[in-house]
Parts: sequence; C-alpha cells; structure tokens
Amino acid sequence: MNKITLAHGAGGKETAELLEDIIFSRVKNELKKVKGGLGIDHPDDSALIPIGNGKFLVVSTDSYTVSPIFFPGGDIGKLAVCGSINDVLVMGGLPIAMLDTIVVEEGFPIETLKRIIDSIVEVLTAENVALIGGDFKVVPNGQIDKIFISTTGIGISEKPIVDLNIQPGNRIIVSGCLGEHGATIMALQHGLSVDVLKSDVKPLTGLFKPLMEHFPNAVKAAGDPTRGGLSMLLNNWARLSGNLIYIDESKVPLREPVRKYSEMLGVDPLHLASEGVAVLAVDEDVAEEVLEFIKSLGFHDAAIIGDVRRDEKFQGLVVSLSEIGGLRILEPPTGEIVPRIC
Amino acid sequence: MESFKPIDDSGIQKWSNANIENLYRRNKRFAEEVRKLIYKYTDKLVKIHGRDFKLKFMNFCGTHEWTTVHYGIRSLLPENVELVAGPGCPVCITPSFLIEHAIKLSLEGVRVYTFGDAFKLRAVKPVKDVRSLAEAKASGGNVTVVYSFLDALKDSYNYAKESLFLAIGFETTAPGYAIPLVNRLIPKNMYLLPALRLTPPAAEYAIMEAKKRSMPSIDGIIAPGHVSSITGAKPWDVVSRKLGIPAVISGFEPLDLLLSILELLRMILKGEVGVKVEYRRVVSWNGNVESLNAINTAFEVVDSPWRGIGFIDESGLEIRGVYSNYDSFKIFSLDKPSRISWRDDSLSGCKCTEVILGLAKPTECKLFLNGCSPSKPFGPCMVSSEGTCSIWARFGGYLNLKR
Repeated sequence: MNKITLAHGAGGKETAELLEDIIFSRVKNELKKVKGGLGIDHPDDSALIPIGNGKFLVVSTDSYTVSPIFFPGGDIGKLAVCGSINDVLVMGGLPIAMLDTIVVEEGFPIETLKRIIDSIVEVLTAENVALIGGDFKVVPNGQIDKIFISTTGIGISEKPIVDLNIQPGNRIIVSGCLGEHGATIMALQHGLSVDVLKSDVKPLTGLFKPLMEHFPNAVKAAGDPTRGGLSMLLNNWARLSGNLIYIDESKVPLREPVRKYSEMLGVDPLHLASEGVAVLAVDEDVAEEVLEFIKSLGFHDAAIIGDVRRDEKFQGLVVSLSEIGGLRILEPPTGEIVPRIC
Repeated sequence: MESFKPIDDSGIQKWSNANIENLYRRNKRFAEEVRKLIYKYTDKLVKIHGRDFKLKFMNFCGTHEWTTVHYGIRSLLPENVELVAGPGCPVCITPSFLIEHAIKLSLEGVRVYTFGDAFKLRAVKPVKDVRSLAEAKASGGNVTVVYSFLDALKDSYNYAKESLFLAIGFETTAPGYAIPLVNRLIPKNMYLLPALRLTPPAAEYAIMEAKKRSMPSIDGIIAPGHVSSITGAKPWDVVSRKLGIPAVISGFEPLDLLLSILELLRMILKGEVGVKVEYRRVVSWNGNVESLNAINTAFEVVDSPWRGIGFIDESGLEIRGVYSNYDSFKIFSLDKPSRISWRDDSLSGCKCTEVILGLAKPTECKLFLNGCSPSKPFGPCMVSSEGTCSIWARFGGYLNLKR
C-alpha cells in the first residue's frame, strides 16, 4: 500500500510529484487560477488576483511545524510570519495584511504561547502588516506535537515578479549566506551544540522594497530558498523555463559552520533551507549594479553565483562548477532531508 | 524552557582555519595544475600506445565515488582515462540471507539494531511477507535504527533482553566490534550477526572478473583510504603485484583523488607496480596495529559470500569460537550457506551486481531512475547512501559532462 512518507513533505522531488498527482491534476484548468491571474497553473511563491488598474492582489499561504519550536535566531511564530511576508515579497508584492491559524496541543503552557505570539506581533508591528483574522484550535494531548501555525500573507503588487519570465542571460544573485536556518534546525534535531549556528529567519522587506523602487524592471524572477534549499529553487526555475542554470559553487556564500555541520551530517548545504535569503534572476546588463545596490542595503554577503543559459543538450538542468573546477549536475534534493524544518 | 547562548564569533574564527580543506578542497589553482599534468602524462601515453589508448581506474570506496561525482572529477579527465566504482559499499554487498535472518528474529521479538542504510535493504526472499527491516518494523517487528554500535550497546544494556546487532562493514568498521568483543564490553544479552567483509580480496575478484568476461581491463587501483588506515598499505602492495597493475591509496578530498590519478598515470608511464600512499596524513605501511590485533583475536578470516556475487576466498570475518556466546549463528542456530548450497541473491531486473563489480554503469540498468530511485530504492546500490546508483542519482553523476 502506498503511504505518505516524510519525503513527501520535504519540499523536494517527491512533494512536487505528489502534489501534481493528487491535487493539481484533479482541478479543472480554469479553476487553477482566477481569470487574468496566476495560481496552481504555474505554482509560484504566491498567487495573483487581478484587482484592476493593472494591480494584483498577492496571496500566499503556508503552514509551519518546526522542531524545536524555539531555536537560535527565532521561533515558530517569527518563522510563520516572515515566511508568508517573504512569499509575498518575492512575488513583487508589498505585504499589507495577514491571517493566522494556530493549532495547539492540550497542555501547552500559555506562557510559551504568549512568547510565540509576542514574536508574531513584533514582526507584524515592525513591518506595518495588519493581522486581520485567523483561527485558534486545541487538540487533545498527543494528537499533535506542541503547536502548528499556518499563515496567509496578503499584499498588493503593481509589477508582479513571475518566475516564468526567467530568460537566458539572466544572472543569478543570492542576497546572503545560504542554509543557515536548515543547518541550525538539523543540528538541534541531532542533539548537537549549535553555539556557532543561528537561523537567518527575517523579513526581506528591507531588500525588496528599495530594489523594486530602484530597479522595477531588472528582476525577472525571485524566490526564497526555503525547504529544499537553493538546489530545489534553481531546479524549479530551470525546469519551468527549459533553460540550463549554471552556478559556480565557489561563489556561493556559505558560512564555515554551515559547511562543517552539513559535512558532518552528510547533507549538501545547497539542499538546506534559508528563511531570510532571496534568490534573484536579474537582467545581465544591470546585474553588477543591482548587486552593488543590494550590498549597500546591508546585504554584504550578496553575490552573483551564476547565470541562465540556453542549452539544447542540458535543458531544464542545473549545472554546478565545483570548487576544484569540475562540473556536475546539481540534482534537486530527494528523500527526507530534515523533517519539520519550517 | 529552551534557551540559547548568543552567537560566539570566536568559534566562527576557529572554524575558518581549516587548512586541509583549503589545500585539498578549495584549491582551484592547484587542481588546475594537477589537471594539466594529468593531460600531459596521458598525452605521453597516447604517443606511445596510440590515440585509441584507454585506461580504466577503479575505486573501492563509496566515499571515493561520492567525491568523484560531487566535485565533477570525471569532467576534468581526458577521454582516455575512465574512473569506475568497484565494490566499495558494505551495505550493497551484504547477502540477502543475513537480512532475512535479521527480519525473522525481529519478528520473533529479538531487538535488532541496524544502521539506517541497512534498514531499507531489500531481502530476496520475503519472511512472512516482509522484505526489509523497515517493513518488519512497520509489521510490529522489534527493530531499532542506531547511529553507532556504542548507541546499541547502551540501549541493549538497559533493555536487558535478547538483542542482536547487524554488524555490517569493511575493515574500517571491524575494530569497532572487535575491541568491545575482546574486552568483553558487550552485554550478555546482545549478539552479533556479522556481515564483515574484506576489501583487497574483493578488489582482486572484481579485476579478475573483468578479465574473465573479456571486458576492458582495469589498469589501476584507487585504494580506499580509511580501510587502509586500519589494514596499512601492505595488503594493497600484494594485490598490486599479483595483478601487475599499480595501486594508490587515496584520501577523500577532490585533490587527493586527482593526485592519486596523476600518480597512477606516472606509475603506468614508468612501468611501476606496487602501492603508493597518497593519503599519507592517515595511512601507514603497517596500519593500525592495535585494531588489527583486536580483529585477529575476535575474528577469523573465512571464505564469505557477497550479495549477487557469491563466495570470494578469504574475504570475510567470522567470530572465533572463544567468543561464540556473542555469535548469533550459534545462539539462534542460524543457517549459513556453503559454496554448494549458495543461491544467487540478485534481485531480478536489477544490475547491482554488475554495478558493484564495475562491469556496468548505473545508467545501463533499466531500473535506474525508472522504478528505482533514492526515495523508492529497489536494488541495494540505490538503498545505501554509499551505493554507486544512489550517488549517481542524488548528485547527477549520470550525465557525462566535459569542461
């Protein structure tokens, strides 16, 4: 009998296949989006609903089940709010409102819940995003592990960034060091000391707002490499556009502790989640300029790591130049990488 | 309540002084120099032997194959030099009957400890419809996955009831079992089901098998670094001289492998045989004497079956009589096949045996990524993270890229 495995929820190959098989293929094409918008016809970070005057409502929903619920750099509350804000931002939207659903296990300390809500409110306040609704449920002891949170982010966009628009020649820019969140959670789950690790969870408003104002046409595609990491994101882009994406691994910003922990635990750091990093496909003519601008915003580790190429032989693949100059295919992650990471 | 210390930057500073890595991994310039020399030596060989001259080097360690694929080493080599993976994955070559024994005992209530890799390994003959330890666990069998033998020892000590450790491994892993056995540190309620195999005899077998089947010969051995840290370089010298081809014991960083390939080419050019140690920072001529003594005290070398391959002379370790109170075969009166009673335990349709022996590439198997993938493995080489099929599938080794 076929059963759901942890791999189905890892955000890698198996997730994509399962979603296509049991959801997307069973919804009529005209119901996969609102007319004139974008939905699960081309799954992106958010959906788009046209609201007239060339503007779009940007809507994204996500659920969070991280273990442990408190970790260096944040907690499940901060993760949930930042996650949905970032999904709206990478779609070219400016977040205006949020809904949240909280499911708690009976016996969960109210003090702990307050701490989680505090971090939710803290981010919403700093970001000036309204909390306009939600749901709260309690399930009997043992029926879930502590707490699950689901958030829906809503924003407005005049110029949505749709990943379908990625083009040969585009440069790939990452806004910071990768895999910080994934490495932190993975190390904690293995019971390892994480003195040198910290989740990067943060809203990316400080990046996208000025970027969209200064370079409204330069960014062709944008995403945040959460589950499945950079590798999953680039593979999605490559497959979606039928192009080859080429990256130089020696240019990929990785902090030493992330490298070390990944190596020790046998995980490719390019498969690990970031929760405060953007990946951009940028028009080649202004890529250097955009990079300098991003750095000037305080994203000092930002780097151009590769480009998009038209290649008849290697369509839809990501090729990586290794640190010693060898070439390999960068596969999307498969199997369970780190369960309950976000 | 969970609480955490703030980030300590001095720790990060300490991490970045990783000199071995800067030398052997993040060193494009050095790699380029070595690559040029590899081309130069190959050109010399081509001048002597002609343009169609081909060389095939075989590695005997899953981690070497991982490094090869992960760093794109094949893309850096001339067309004349081919790297193939040999029998270097202990889970891949563990005979099915041992898994069947473990499944049966777990279903009877004996707590079976296993490493994660062997947990999903498929047996050829189902035991009560159960084909793997993972399935046994799902059907109520007593199976516990552990990260180390030490974890199992601790758990078994507290458990205090009959338990069994599926002791899979090559020479590198053997001391981990031998030292506790010799020092009687294993609780009385725990028994070993050894699936311990030796690498040099398998290397010899794989290379001879290519000859027997009139396949292109293997021209050089990239010998496993960590196995050799235990055995020393000596056994590879014996294999090399017997087969008349050079061997280099290699480390696991990409430059270790490039340097080992270069050294093999140099030896071929000079007509040298014997073993050279590239991995000098770890491997000595005589090996780890203390570990070897423990292995010899606890185990005896016997002719042993390898999955899909059958018996290889003097290629396995069995528990010696004095420690028979730890031997699952004795305690549970388990069957052990002889050369005569041995039945082939390959899975039908699966080319793992050929892949293990370096006679086929994973891509030559019809099931590769077509019914057999890392998330739904069928053959043993896809089950283990050290298996060639799994490495090719997860890290994109299946496409031949050249710079």
